[in-house]
Order: sequence, then structure tokens, then C-alpha cells
Amino acid sequence: MSLSSRHLLGLYGVPKDDIQLILDTATTFREVLERPIKKVPTLQGKTIVNLFYENSTRTRISFELAQKRLSADTINFTTSTSSTKKGETFKDTVRNIEAMKVDMIVVRHQSAGVPQFLTRITKANIINAGDGLHEHPTQALLDMYSIREKFGELKGLNVCIVGDIAHSRVAMSNIFGLKTMGANVSVCGPSTMIPMGIESLGVKVINNIDKAIAENDVLNVLRIQLERDAGRRIPSTREYHNYFGITSERIEKNNKNIVILHPGPINRGVELSSEVADGPYQIILDQVTNGVAIRMAVLYLLGTMVN
Amino acid sequence: MNIKAKIIDEEGLNRTITRLAHEILERNKGSKNIVLIGMRTRGEYIAQRIKSKIKEIENCEPNFGVLDVTLYRDDFRTRLKQPQVSVTNITFDINEKDVILIDDVLYTGRTVRAALDALMDLGRPSTIQLCVLVDRGHRELPIKADFVGKNIPTSIDEEVKVKLKEIDGEDAVYLIHAPIKN
Amino acid sequence: MKIILKQVILFNPYQNLNEKNDLLIENGIIKKIGNISTDEFNSAKVFDFENKYCVPGLFDMHVHLREPGREDEETVETGSNAAAAGGFTGVACMPNTNPAIDSAEIVRYIKEKSSNHLVDVYPIGAATLDRKGEALSPMYELFEAGAVAFSDDGNAIKTAAILRHVMEYSKMFDAPIIEHCEDESLANGAMNEGLTSTILGLPAIPKIAEDLIVMRDIMMAEFTGARVHIAHISSKNSVELVRQAKKKNIKVTAEVTPHHFTLTEEALKNYDTNFKMSPPLRTREDVDAIIEGLKDGTIDCIASDHAPHSIEEKEMEFIFAPNGIIGLETQLGLALTELVHKKHLNFSQLIEKLSINPRKILNLPIPLIKENEKANLTIIDPDLIWTVDVSKFKSKSKNSPFDKRILKGKSLAVINKGKMFFEDKFFDIM
Repeated sequence: MSLSSRHLLGLYGVPKDDIQLILDTATTFREVLERPIKKVPTLQGKTIVNLFYENSTRTRISFELAQKRLSADTINFTTSTSSTKKGETFKDTVRNIEAMKVDMIVVRHQSAGVPQFLTRITKANIINAGDGLHEHPTQALLDMYSIREKFGELKGLNVCIVGDIAHSRVAMSNIFGLKTMGANVSVCGPSTMIPMGIESLGVKVINNIDKAIAENDVLNVLRIQLERDAGRRIPSTREYHNYFGITSERIEKNNKNIVILHPGPINRGVELSSEVADGPYQIILDQVTNGVAIRMAVLYLLGTMVN
Repeated sequence: MNIKAKIIDEEGLNRTITRLAHEILERNKGSKNIVLIGMRTRGEYIAQRIKSKIKEIENCEPNFGVLDVTLYRDDFRTRLKQPQVSVTNITFDINEKDVILIDDVLYTGRTVRAALDALMDLGRPSTIQLCVLVDRGHRELPIKADFVGKNIPTSIDEEVKVKLKEIDGEDAVYLIHAPIKN
Repeated sequence: MKIILKQVILFNPYQNLNEKNDLLIENGIIKKIGNISTDEFNSAKVFDFENKYCVPGLFDMHVHLREPGREDEETVETGSNAAAAGGFTGVACMPNTNPAIDSAEIVRYIKEKSSNHLVDVYPIGAATLDRKGEALSPMYELFEAGAVAFSDDGNAIKTAAILRHVMEYSKMFDAPIIEHCEDESLANGAMNEGLTSTILGLPAIPKIAEDLIVMRDIMMAEFTGARVHIAHISSKNSVELVRQAKKKNIKVTAEVTPHHFTLTEEALKNYDTNFKMSPPLRTREDVDAIIEGLKDGTIDCIASDHAPHSIEEKEMEFIFAPNGIIGLETQLGLALTELVHKKHLNFSQLIEKLSINPRKILNLPIPLIKENEKANLTIIDPDLIWTVDVSKFKSKSKNSPFDKRILKGKSLAVINKGKMFFEDKFFDIM
């Protein structure tokens, strides 16, 4: 069994079998992570570059750990300045890196489409670690893995994504992946944060958080990213918390069986109350552990693919 | 499948497993410190049968686990198909244990090499002993089995197929004509 | 020097002319239509254009020639070469150069640069100083130096207040104000807003950003009585706004680019920056409305918005890449393929939109196919099938999304100012 593409650019249009294979393979790596020596020699001799044009310590560390646990050689290239200001074009940077004989590139960039662009200018396998407002497929895969671990399967589950959907690549990847796996997906957030045309993707829009809690098995709660112009879409984080924040009272009133996910880092007191962030409903730290397993699975499946 | 000969039948297989169980117990002076680890896929079922036999003989069950060595293989660059990984399922501590590593056929020794590496990542056993149902020769690495069900000298264009009821619906070992394709 | 265009179809809707005949041009002047003697045939250079169309030279009222400032991307000369190769004998060039065309010197500089070229180049003056939307440019002076219209293209004129003054001032010399209609506060994006932008994750610009300014400009034109020309119209609602305004006799005209009637936002799915433009590619619904607007005359003309960009600039992360594509050399082919061969427009309507109407809007004389008139002509084979090859383009830049596209219809030759461009070469016919 192999994936149908040699890159992981997003989950839009990715066949069910591929997602299934990644999730199943991650189970193997989840076991490896429980061993005393959490390392296997599988990608020995492979060189992987983590090309991060946007700051993201968590995702980068998770990828780096996954690479090290597969015994790959890794290089980190992190820069927050855009290539336009740096003198060297993005294309030249990438060509230079490729000339050092790299096998895979994990890329994060503030512009959507950069992973696709990379597939046109290098021969390496490309893994998207977040591009603009487009996709963040490994985050969605680890969310799906965590949900599956909890419920056994994704089909028929009611999953609601809460927050700034319009500015969330995590939301988009989750929507595409979960829909493919047969879950019922809805979104909940202030109407300024719901993207145009979302209903045509078969996604229900709920504008009341109590209703979202009551009607769903899982809430995937997004970080309100004030640095990404969320400030112009909501009056204040206080108002956001009052109308869309998840609190213990809301959960107890509406649905005590709810499972809460959050991609981190959490804004305590904004999208989640501290009580909920530390409470029994959330599986946030499982997500982090599963993240390494999912990334190992993706790296393994792409890195050992037979051309 | 181009069968040349049926080398072991159902009864024979049962007898062989009984003998292997006895040999393991004899060498290790009982079952107290041993753990059985079957290698996916067929090693797992052979190990299970050996475990049942040991229970019959000793009235106590050794720990039993399954090892998947895919991640330790040395042939990722040369294979024509991507291998599928499965989960290793060893829920007990192997430190200071006598690990009986069980597989169906011993051939080049490369899978055993991968298994040894995998086991080392799980802990530090006192000993690792190799038990195989069939040794067909043609070793490429300095590896020797401690317990052998049957030695079957083969030529390079032959293959040994072990069939087990649990997955193949019958118990038998066949010698097959399988010319190497270039 | 005498040349004869043999058995061409002389075609000018402005003169109601549609006849097959021989045309004798002597020293750049149309000398004879028909009745050409054998002697004259023997002494002239004869071009066999039998059954090809000879129309008044095409005119593109919206190009960016990048000179002064970005001569690495295009110059007056290379842009004019591209125009000739695309079948155009005249262009009007936008003022978003560096410095902007906001002084008479720069108007004269551009005119001077083009004086010896076959293609007539008419500068469009900046409406405000440095296109900043703060103070009026010396419009009268620019007009006298040769500017034919005024625009802050690249942006809409910033505020209603300055727009009012620009319009009022322009009335003194009846020059149109050409508006790039986009509300700046809503235009912070890289493509059209909708389901596709949601899926592609690109920051997006809603259609209302265009519609609002079209509305504002129409109302301001009504209020001031000035002429406004809507550049590169792209949304369905904007087409309707222009249609209604024309019914009320407000002085509004509009143009559309070939890419806005050919492509939709779907083309962006591979993040190819050659499809990134402003206004962005819209939806099928908008394309259909635009074609309807072309048919019923709401949209007066077709203009390329020829916007050269260097390869380094375009081969970039999508959100950082600049907007715009070159279009002079594909415009006629696209218009014939998409509009005439698909029976949305007839050939006569096409020539109005590519030759006659732009000149009317800019108050320029319309070339006549008549004895003793200056020969300003384009020869078109509407049925020639060809493949776009950007590597053969005359333009200095190659940023076209239409590379490798098969088109039906092409210009074979252009004649103007005693010069001719034919088979990839310029030569004097004086």
C-alpha cells in the first residue's frame, strides 16, 4: 500500500484510502513512541529540510522529533522575513537547498500555494506544514487520529470546528479530511469569521455555541489569532469569550460527553476557559503526542515510497 | 503457485511444534524466564502455538508478543513495492529475559538482523534465541538458528511456503518452484 | 514607395465599408481603391491578402509600457513592437510609471520615444500628483502636451473629494477619467472572494470592492457632468451599473480585458502567478454578464491592460507576486476565438470595440479606408489557427497565462505612419 501522491500538500481531494493509510500507519509509530528507545532506523540516510518562513515552534519541533525518531538527517531553515525583503528570491533559496541533495522538504509559509510552487521547482517530496490560509494537513490528520483513537471511527461522528474559520488553515484541512472520512462537519463562530461559500462544501454553519456543544460529539476549538487581523472581525476577546468561549458551565449544561480538541497554543480565557483547558473533556496533550506519530507516518510513507 | 513438493503436512507440523516447545524448555530449564516473540506475519501464529504447547507441558504461560520489523528493514531503496507497516505489540518488559524470537522460514538472515535491532530498541534481554520452523539455507549474514523445525536445503530458484490454518486455511509446508525474475 | 494589398476585404463599420478590392498605398497614403492598372501592379510591392480583412488600425487604450522606471520589464519601443505584432497601430499608456506621468516633460518624453515608431503612443496623464490621490496633477498642461485621458490606474482615485475636482477639471478639455475601480479598504487580497478562495486559502477581494467604486464614479460623473471610463470591468453587478447609467445618459464608458471574458478564478487552482491580476479573475456568472455587456454595447471596448512583469517578480510566492499579465500579442486572437468564433459578437462589433470605440472615447480621429487618407490599417486573418508561444513575443516580459494556447484568428500585418510590420519585420513604405 502506498499513498497516491508523492507530496502531502493538503487534504482537499485526497482519497479516503490515503487518509486511512496514514492514520493506520500512525498507529505503528504511536507504539514506537512508547518504547524505551523511541527511534527506528527507517529513514537512515535521508535528508530532510524544515523550511519555515513563519514562526512555529510547535509544528517545527514535532516534525523535527518525528524525523529524528525515524533516523533521518534534518536541517532547519527558519526565517521570518519574507524573501521579497531579503534580496534572495524564494526560488533561489530553494534551489540552493536542493543542491545540497535533500530528499524531502517540510515547508511552512505565509503564502498559500508555496508547497505547490515547490513541487514545480524541486524534485524533493514536499510536505505542507501550513501555507497561508490554505491548509495544514498534518494538523488535521493528527486531530482526526486523536478523534479516531477516542471514538473508534470517524464515520458518522458530529464534529464542529469553532473559531475563526475564515482565517484557519487547520479548519480547512479538518473540513476536507473529515468530510472525506464520512464525518458530519459543522463550523461555529462569529459570522465575520465564517468564510464565503463554506456551505457548498457540505458544512453546516452554527452561530450559537450552546447549540454547537449540544449537537456534536467533538469540538475542535481554534486559537483566536489576534495577530492575524482577527482584531478587526471581533470587537474584543472578552466579547468573543462571552459568546463563543467554551466554559465548564456551557459543557455541563449542554453535553457532558463532548470531547474538546485544540491545536494550541491556547489563549486561556478566550476560546477556552482555563478550567476546560485543563479539564476532563479535552484531549489536547494526546493531540501533541499523536502529532509526532502522524508526522512519522507521513514522513515514512513519503520517504520510503518506491518511485 | 508451482508446487514441487509438500514437505510437512498437518500432523508433521504439529509434531514439529511440539518438539520445538520441548527443546526451548529444555535449553532454558523451564519457562520461567522466557518470553516468546513472533515475527509478523506467520511467526506470530507459530509462536502462539508454541505458547499453547508450553502451557500444556508446564501448565504456565510465557509472555507473548508480536514484532513488526518493517521499520528496520535494509531494503527500502531497492524494493519494487512499498512495504506496509504493522504494529509491534510487546506489552511486557524484555530486560533480563530470555527472548525466543520465532519466525517461519530462515533464509538470508536479513529479517532476523532487523528483528535483532528492533529488539535492542525495546530493551536489553539476557539472551535472544532464534526459533524457526524451516531453515532453507542461503544465508547472507552470520546468523544461525537455535531451534530448527526442519532443515530444507533449497536451490535459489525455489521458495519455501509455510501455510497456517489461521491465515491460509491449512497447515503445511511446500517447496515451490519460483524462478528469479530479472 | 507603392504597395498594393491585393484582393483584401476592406472593412470599416465606421464607414459602412465592406468590399473586396485592391488597395494602393503610396508613401503611406491610400491612393487608390480598385481600378489599379497593370503598370501600377508592376511598379508596386504587392501583398496577396486575398480574403483577409483590412480594417482601421486596432487601438488598445489600456497598456503599461513601464517607461520611465522599469525599462527592464518593457520600454516604449518594445511595448510598441508588441502592439504592432498583436495588430495594433495605436495604444494609450497608463501613468503608473516611475516617476508617474504627472508632468508635461514625461508626456513629451514618451511621445518623443515613440515618434519614429509605427505605433502611435498616447500617454494617459496621472489624475493626481504621483497618483497619490491628494492633489490635482497639472491636467491641463498634460493635456496640451498630449495626454489623452487621466487616471490613477493601479488604484481608484482615492477620495470622493479629489475625484470630484478631477472630474470637474477634466470637463474643460473633455478628457475622460479612466478609473481602476476598487475600494482600497476591501482590496487587500490576491484573488476573487468566494468558495474557490476559501478552498485555495488565498486572501480575497470581494466583488463589492469594484461595484462600490463603479457606483461612486458613475454618480460622480452624473453630478459633475464629466466623462468616466471604467477600466477592466470584471463583475456582473458593475456591468449592470454601467448599463443602467448609460440608460440615464450618464457619460460612462467601459472596457474589458480578454482575460476577464476568457478565464475564471478556477484557473488559479495551481497557484500560477500568471493568473494573478487586478481586478482578479471572477466567476463564470461574471464572465457571462461581461459577454452580455459586450453584446448589448454596455461595454464599449476591449483593452489588454498589458502589464509586463519580470520573471523574477512573477516567479514568487503567490501573495507576494505582482498583479497583471501582458496581453498585446494575444488580445486579438482571444477576442476572435472567444467572442467572434463563439458567435457572441460579429466581426463588425469586434472592430468597433478594438479600433473605433477606444478612439472615440479618447477623442482621437478614426482612420478611414478612403482615397487620400493616411493608411492606418490592420490586416486580419480571422480563421488562422496558431499556438501562442511567449518565447516569440516582442514584449520584453513573458508573463502571459495563455502560453501554448491555441487561438483562431491573428493579425497578419499593420500599416501606419508610412511603416509596415509584416512577417515579423518592420519596414518603411515611404
